[in-house]
Amino acid sequence: MSVTNQHIPVLKAKRKEVEQLYAKKLSRRWLVLIALGIACLLSFCLDISTGPSLLKFSDVLKALFTPDSVAKGTSIIIWKVRMPYAVMAVLVGMALSLAGAEMQTILNNPLASPFTLGVSAAASLGAGLAIILGIGIPFLSENWIVSGNAFIFAFGSVLLLQALAKWRGAGVDVLVLFGIALVFTFNALVALLHFIATPEALQQLVFWNMGSLARSNWDKVQVLSIVVAIIIPFSMLASWKMTALRLGEERAQSFGINVKRLRFFSMLRISFLSATAVSFVGTIGFIGLVGPHIAKMLIGEDHRYWFPASLLTGALVMSLASVASKLLVPGALVPVGVVTSLVGIPVFLYLIIRKGKK
Amino acid sequence: MKEMLNIKNLSAGYPKKRIFEHFNVTDIDAGNIVALVGPNAAGKSTLLKSIASLINVQGEINLGNDNLVQLSQENRSKIVGYMPQHQKTDVELTVLEALITALKVSPLDHNDNSEQTKTKAFDVLEQMDLIDIALEPLSNLSGGQRQMASLAQAIVRKPQILLLDEPTSALDLNHQITVMKMIKEYASKGNIVIMVLHDLNLASRWADILVVLNNAKIYSSGKAFAVVTPTMLKEVYQVEARVENCSNGYLQIMVDA
Repeated sequence: MSVTNQHIPVLKAKRKEVEQLYAKKLSRRWLVLIALGIACLLSFCLDISTGPSLLKFSDVLKALFTPDSVAKGTSIIIWKVRMPYAVMAVLVGMALSLAGAEMQTILNNPLASPFTLGVSAAASLGAGLAIILGIGIPFLSENWIVSGNAFIFAFGSVLLLQALAKWRGAGVDVLVLFGIALVFTFNALVALLHFIATPEALQQLVFWNMGSLARSNWDKVQVLSIVVAIIIPFSMLASWKMTALRLGEERAQSFGINVKRLRFFSMLRISFLSATAVSFVGTIGFIGLVGPHIAKMLIGEDHRYWFPASLLTGALVMSLASVASKLLVPGALVPVGVVTSLVGIPVFLYLIIRKGKK
Repeated sequence: MKEMLNIKNLSAGYPKKRIFEHFNVTDIDAGNIVALVGPNAAGKSTLLKSIASLINVQGEINLGNDNLVQLSQENRSKIVGYMPQHQKTDVELTVLEALITALKVSPLDHNDNSEQTKTKAFDVLEQMDLIDIALEPLSNLSGGQRQMASLAQAIVRKPQILLLDEPTSALDLNHQITVMKMIKEYASKGNIVIMVLHDLNLASRWADILVVLNNAKIYSSGKAFAVVTPTMLKEVYQVEARVENCSNGYLQIMVDA
């Protein structure tokens, strides 16, 4: 032992100090989570109050908690028009950010996200087939056919990644490269659809690709909220194992974790989250990348805290992007996908520069 | 506890490349430290991974009457601890969080609450003199500190068989001795430590048994005095060297060419 007898009192004092610091750190994490939650709530109300007719913040709060106390017109604007958008923004942010966090862990790559690995591109192809060629799932109503197609393609693309992971045990680096190859392939096929599309269909597809919350309605909100609500507990249950995986694959295995199984179920969660979100709102870039990174900077990598923090940062960024999309060009609704990419790129560059410095 | 380890008829390797065939190492007593030595690519790390069943393994790895190969991964992880050769450098978890994760991920004792888990983690940090860096993220540590933290992650689970892949490769002289003393103490509690070492002087000084591997076969095994010889160094390592007895009773290898 390097510890000699005269060191012991000093060491005990030091241990106590570190124990207290750790306890403080844990309570600070809870505070961060609560602060993020409050920020989300504020941003959500702000999202509801902004729009063609600017509503007072107090009216929004009144309409939320005591709907009868505001004018009927205001109540209708809030509950029928703005609320589904605002809730959708929060849910999409949560879904994509959690999917991104899971993906970054299981692929051991800080740049992995549903967007960078082809999920969004696959959804675009699915949507394009429905919009331009009218190919879709039979018996689905007009309202759902584009989303249905987008979901199947997005889900399929993650399963394809999954199949590759199984195929002769390809490593995670190969998987990331394969994801990038998928992005280019799907993009090329979407370009081909552009080429053969009628001007009207083309406009529709281009708009879809920009990613927009304008397609939200209560039905879609319901579906996405069910998916998010079902997936979150499973993610949280896996949080210790996912944290252990960050220590290395062999290390995790030596702790008794079946890493293949862990990856499989995580991929399944990622598929549901990202495919459902993207199929409803189109291509929303960078949330899956930026959300988890902001959360990591705030709270560290212990997945018990990192997963909830990612959910909240994703919701917050998406909700703020929704506000910005209404305010950037007065009188016009800029597609939210454009805004998230514009916000995402500087953050992305910052992350790369920070990594480079290390 | 106090059970003997016997590896019998072990075949192991990677999907397209079998490394070991019908490999045997027997009669490793509880409390023994075994050093696996040999040139690069001799199969030392692969043997360690085989014993931990991290790769495809057939045969018997018997601890007492239990064949570890047949245990579930989770049950095996309660008996066998493993420290990999390389540590990831981009992990934002702190040293303490890594230890708590090691304990929580497949709980060794399901009755442990978070306070008990924390105490166990702090005990190991204290024992290894790592309290000062307990709250540092692993990514901020020096190579040597990271190696100590990695060793702590294996030791905190108190495995009966501790497998270490080059535990001292990034450590300065002082820390090499610290770690070796700690390993010795750990073994003396009735545990078995098997480690890959490149430093033959260190291996001769601290291991009870040396196993010299060459081309995935045992060239020789036994006490340092019997194993570390000029002939072995010439045949296995292709170096001309002398092996001298130091006044303190340990072997010293001096390479001539």
